Amino acid sequence: MTYLLAHPARVAALAATHVELVVIALVVAALFAFPLGVLAARRPRVSPWLLGTLGAIYTVPSLALLAVVVQWVGLGFLPIFIALVVYAQFMLARGVAAGIGGVDAAQVDAARGLGMSSSQVLWGVEVRQALPVMLGGVRIATVASIAIATLGGYVGGVGLGVLIFNGLTLHQPAMIVAGSIAASLLAIAADGALRLVERAATI
Amino acid sequence: MTPASISFEGASVRYSGASRNAIENITLECEGGELVVLLGPSGCGKSTLLRTVNRLVPLDAGRVLLDGTDVTQLDAVELRRQIGYVIQAIGLFTHMTVAQNIAVVPRLLGWDGATSAARVDELLQLVGLDPTAYRDRSPNRLSGGEAQRIGVARAIAAKPRALLMDEPFGAVDSLVRTSLQRELIRIVRELRTTTLFVTHDVEEAFRLADRIVVMRLGRIEQTGTPEELLAKPATTYVRELVHAADEVYERYYLASRERLRGSPP
Ligand SMILES: Nc1ncnc2c1ncn2[C@@H]1O[C@H](COP(=O)(O)OP(=O)(O)O)[C@@H](O)[C@H]1O
Ligand SMILES: [Mg+2]
Repeated sequence: MTYLLAHPARVAALAATHVELVVIALVVAALFAFPLGVLAARRPRVSPWLLGTLGAIYTVPSLALLAVVVQWVGLGFLPIFIALVVYAQFMLARGVAAGIGGVDAAQVDAARGLGMSSSQVLWGVEVRQALPVMLGGVRIATVASIAIATLGGYVGGVGLGVLIFNGLTLHQPAMIVAGSIAASLLAIAADGALRLVERAATI
Repeated sequence: MTPASISFEGASVRYSGASRNAIENITLECEGGELVVLLGPSGCGKSTLLRTVNRLVPLDAGRVLLDGTDVTQLDAVELRRQIGYVIQAIGLFTHMTVAQNIAVVPRLLGWDGATSAARVDELLQLVGLDPTAYRDRSPNRLSGGEAQRIGVARAIAAKPRALLMDEPFGAVDSLVRTSLQRELIRIVRELRTTTLFVTHDVEEAFRLADRIVVMRLGRIEQTGTPEELLAKPATTYVRELVHAADEVYERYYLASRERLRGSPP
């Protein structure tokens, strides 16, 4: 706490890079996870394989995954970014699959029968109907990514993890506490904000 | 729009993995403006046959013609916008208001907001609901009967050339069903829309139909007016289905028909 209060600008600056890292990673992750989730919802045969594979990746400890990625791309922003994108796939795709798969079949049948094109059915009916469930996946992925992103302090010098890992090397518990508390606050704030969005999207 | 004729020429469908055809070599002519009821037990292929018209189900053999044009020659999406579609589960879009639901096809066809809005009010009145009370309501706050009225209004909003109805009144209680049937007859007469109506309810078929198509195991057992089915059932199956030769039922069905449709002209 003392460190937080003494260096608000430094903490805020690191928090900003933390948020930036998580947001960019999640946006890029969604570009893959959305079509994968739709595919899983459309193809019941493929679904267990797809989500099973993503789920298996998800169970790899984040530090181990990060170590592998660092071997491959070196230190910096890139390894933590890639790790976050990979991790978020399971949580995001599962939310999309559950959301789209759970849409009232009668509404989809009616939409097609009335003459909506496939993209009109997808965006105008399925995605809109699935939005609350999909946003649930986004919320879980966001909270998890905020926590995992602290490893960015170790491999890339980005985010609030910088405080935690510098605190460890410099034997400065106050820095570790400051980084941890700030990351927790970010996670709590993101969770609350996304819950509100989820509620607004509920039909 | 002028009502379109619908013709099936040797139409067959086999779903992947099925051991027999869901519909088998169906040949049937529906004239423009006619109300044809497809009657038969669950699983006999009524929905499948209906859904070949708007190409929700592709044919494996034969053709379906809308006003003489093979439906596969038309763009599926364009085709569906010209054909009304009502299903038992209704499928009102719960993220839209009643008015937005009714205006779906007009908006897809590019009608402007004012024209669509006027049409919505006109349709709400046509199906017997007060526009000011219902326009902005959520479909979640409708009774089953009200919801299906909206379902019908949505299907006929853009003055379709044909109307496909798949057990539309199967989920409402019998009192509401009777009033929905009565209104359907009135609306269909007013619009003169060619209508294919699916039901497994013999009484409903007798009440509504200009012509009844009795189906069984994917095939047509007999086609005829209600009077013809009673007078000359082609098979034992039809005879038993319509209780032909049972005078009580015959009188009951014909009286029920007359009550709903009015006396024959
Ligand atoms: N999408 C489908 N895939 C596989 N089989 C189907 C499908 N839809 C219907 N069937 C089968 O085709 C037959 C006819 O079904 P359907 O047309 O729904 O009958 P009905 O509407 O008269 O109850 C049934 O045996 C049914 O199980
Ligand atoms: Mg059916």
